[in-house]
Parts: sequence; structure tokens; C-alpha cells
Amino acid sequence: MTFDASGRLPEAFLTPGGSSFMDFLAGHAPDLLPGRRSLGSADYSNDVPHGTTIVAATFPGGVVMAGDRRATMGNIIAQRDIEKVFPADEYSAVAFAGSAGFGLEMVRLFQVELEHYEKLEGTTLSLDGKANRLSALIRGNLAMAMQGLAVVPLFAGYDEDIKGGRIFSYDPTGGRYEETHFHSVGSGSLFARGALKKLYREDLSAADCATVAIQSLIDAADDDSATGGPDMLRRIFPVVGVVTADGYQRLPEDDVADIVDRAWAERHNRPDGPASATLT
Amino acid sequence: MSVPFYVSPEQLMRDRADFARKGIAKGRSAIALQYADGILFVAENRSPALHKVAEIYDRMAFAAVGRYNEFENLRIAGVRLADMRGYSYDRRDVTGRALANAYAQTLGAIFSSGGEKPLEVEILVAEIGATAADDQIYRLTYDGSIADVRGYAVMGGPAEQVADYVGEHYQEGISLAGALRLAVDALGHDGSSDVRELTPDQIEVAVLDRTRTQVRKFKRISEETLARILSESRPDTTPSESAAEAPVEADATPTAADDSPEASPADDVPVAPPEDPDDDRPL
Repeated sequence: MTFDASGRLPEAFLTPGGSSFMDFLAGHAPDLLPGRRSLGSADYSNDVPHGTTIVAATFPGGVVMAGDRRATMGNIIAQRDIEKVFPADEYSAVAFAGSAGFGLEMVRLFQVELEHYEKLEGTTLSLDGKANRLSALIRGNLAMAMQGLAVVPLFAGYDEDIKGGRIFSYDPTGGRYEETHFHSVGSGSLFARGALKKLYREDLSAADCATVAIQSLIDAADDDSATGGPDMLRRIFPVVGVVTADGYQRLPEDDVADIVDRAWAERHNRPDGPASATLT
Repeated sequence: MSVPFYVSPEQLMRDRADFARKGIAKGRSAIALQYADGILFVAENRSPALHKVAEIYDRMAFAAVGRYNEFENLRIAGVRLADMRGYSYDRRDVTGRALANAYAQTLGAIFSSGGEKPLEVEILVAEIGATAADDQIYRLTYDGSIADVRGYAVMGGPAEQVADYVGEHYQEGISLAGALRLAVDALGHDGSSDVRELTPDQIEVAVLDRTRTQVRKFKRISEETLARILSESRPDTTPSESAAEAPVEADATPTAADDSPEASPADDVPVAPPEDPDDDRPL
């Protein structure tokens, strides 16, 4: 970020252009963009912290997103209270699995991108527009993804047009896929998705939907060593974000603790978690 | 060989200043006022889409008068600068002082460079602090002069007459409803023979509200909300040009007293950005 000798705003700031902060950075300060760094050709997947499991599920009138709190570096637990679920703007949430450093940077850039557009245009992007911007961001990280530093986000938000929640998943090349009802990404995602399949119903309330999301994370932690279960000793519980017509809200710590305590108590009787009704 | 006419530097600068001043005076006024919980912006603006007041960053806003294309360009530059600083450092490191300084240098450089037309704009950069004492309002003119303003600032159109009116009636710690009433009345007292009564659709209003729970403190006030506040703060709604000075004087005090009981049930529709349904606090 440089000024010319007079202290005057650099020409790039005063040049009429688009409303994208990423495009502005690409022209004026490309070094601030993730994905522009060259690494050589090694595989770094075990050398930096990686975030693990994220789940999202819709309910009538909104969407819930939850993430465990563990970051791993190979077989080491790099951090036990990392946060991976964030508000992207007032009406959407973004979370990531994969390389934690790049993931956090990507989330920050994505947040600024949405806010920047909103301020310049005086209106917000459509939910699909936001989802596409995130695609572009991931695509810029492709070279690193190929070296084990992939970031795989999950994006969800409230869509004013359909008055409900929507979920978008991504692949490391920037492919964008809309998911129905629920989805999960990260190392424990297979197990979480299995649990979601059995527990999810379309008519859940927001609170029940949060419970289902947390149950599925506990199941993921049960079978995946890289996913952190609820830490009952340190009282570290998943981060749960809820997006409705009222905007993004992080579920208060106490509410999450309540849900976890109940689920935990039940699992003393049945360690595999709630059983779904068979053959109905 | 032709010899160019000699123009003294004083004359040159005076001409450029006159040119800019005339352009700015042709427009309509904008006011920024410190009130108890933040800073209020009121601008006479008949366009619902082309704003004179806008959000820059969490605690910062921008107001301008003059040529739209010129100040819009400055606004965009300001948003870019703020977002870029916030992204490369931290959100708390984006300050009004730095932005005002960048604007001052830019305006000054354009004003004194021979090749460019001076910008016909006057702008305000306002930033709210934790308390009213920490609020900052910087006023920048076409030539890059910068002034640190306390209380209120008026620019554009018949700025002097409007500022006189505000100066007579302004008091520190004024309520939002009181400040709004005062600003709207002041815009009507533009020095012409009859006092104009501005209607809500002719006014653009926004606040930097430090009591907002969100990180971003900027909020536009919609036409409906504005109409409601204005009708509440003036019970005797009998607009007549003959009753110019008297009712205005009379309502300065009731306004402040009125708005506390009125305030709590008020269903303020929040106006983006960002929309904020919980934020139904009194105005």
C-alpha cells in the first residue's frame, strides 16, 4: 500500500472500475491476494495446520452451520479451539476445511469482498452472486491446493427470494455445487453426512437443526481422528452459526453447551448416538 | 514569437477558488450534527438513488456536496483505501484522520496543479468514537484545506445562512429527534425571503450510531421513519409560510423533552447497510 510522494491517493484508487475488492487488489496490490505465492514443488499437507469437519443443514426459514474446533498438523493436534465458522455478511455464513492459514485468509478476503461491493453499490449481492465470488477466490488457490494446501469452504445463506436457507459446496478447483437439505466437508465429512442422513428431517426447528448438526459432528469425531469431539474437560464446543431472515447469529455458548450436555448424557446409554427408526 | 500573458500566482489561485466556490454554491446544503449517541447527516437531496451521504467503514461516514461525479469518485477511493487498510492491518487501524489526510492531499494536489480543473466539491469525513468527546468531523474544501469541526458543520448551497440557523439553536448532547428537527428546519432557512418546509422525500438522512450492536455503525433512515419522527417532533402540523420563525423557535425545547417517552415504542425500520431487524432502538 504505497502513496506517491505528495501523499495524494494513488491513481488506482481514483480510477473508475468495478465493485470487486479482489479485482482492485489484483490490479493495485497483487501481493495481498492469496494464491499468488510460489512454493516450489513439495507436498506440505502434514506441515501446516488443517481444519477438519464442517456441517450445514437447512430448516424452514434458514440454515445452520457448525464446525468442530480441531486443527491438525499430520498426527499432531495443532489447535483445540480454532474457529472455522464465520459470518460472511449479514445474511450468509462461510466455513472452511483444509489449510487453516489460507482458509482464514480466504474468509477474511471474502468478508471484505462482500462488504466492499455493498458499500460501493449501495445494495447487497444476490446469494448466487456471493457463492460465485467465493468460487473465484478458491480458483486462485489452485496451485497450492495441488500441493496439499487446499481450502474447501462451505457457504450457506438466507435467500430473500425463496425465503429460506441454501447451501453451496465447492471443490478445490473452484467448482460450485448447490446442495439440498444438508452437506458436510472435511476429513470427518463422510461420517457426519451418514449421521445427517439418518437424523435430518425437513421440518426441523432451528434449535433441533442445531442439535442434528452437533450430533453429526460428534459422530464424525467418533470415527475420524482429525475431528475434535466436544471437549468436556475444557468445555470447548462446536461453533454453531444460524442464518435466518433476521441475519447471521452465532448460537450462544450456553445454548451449545446445553445441546452438547444432553447429547453426551444420552450417549452414556447409547454411545452410537440417537437411533433412527428402522424400516419406516 | 508570442509572449504568454503574465498572470500572477495570486490571481491564478483566486480564479480557481472562485470557480470551485461558485460550483459548490449552486447546489443544495448538507449538514452533519453531533447528537448524544453519534453523528447525524442530513442533506437536501431529491434523488433517492444518488447519495450525498455514505458509509466508508465501521465507524466512518462520508458526506459531500458539489459535482456528483467528482465526489462519488472520492467516495469510492475512500472505501477502497479504508477496506485495503482494514484488510492489510486490522479493522481498528482504519481511522478518519488518515482518510481525511489522504483526501486533503488529493484535493490540494489537484487544486494547485495547472493541468487539472479544481474539483467543485466540499466533503466531510466523520468518525464516531466511544463517547461524543471522541467524535471527529473533518471538513475538507476544494483546495485541500482541512478543518477539525466540533458540534456541527454545514456545506454547499447557502451554507452560511444555514449554519447561522444551526448555530443559534444547537446545543451539545441534543437528542436524535431534536437534531433531526433542527437540521431539517435549518435547511429551510436558506436566506431566501420565505422559509421552506422540506418534506421527507426531499431529504437524505443517515446516522453513525454508536449504540448499534453491529460493528458497522452507519445506518440510513428511511423516508417513512423520517416522516414519523418529523411529525412527532412537530405536533402542530400547519405548514404556512407566514408562521415561519415562531413555531420553529417554540419546538426546539418540546422536541428534546418529547422524544424520550415517544422513543421506546418506536418501530424503526432499519435501513441497510447492514440490515438489522433487532435494531429497533428509538431514534
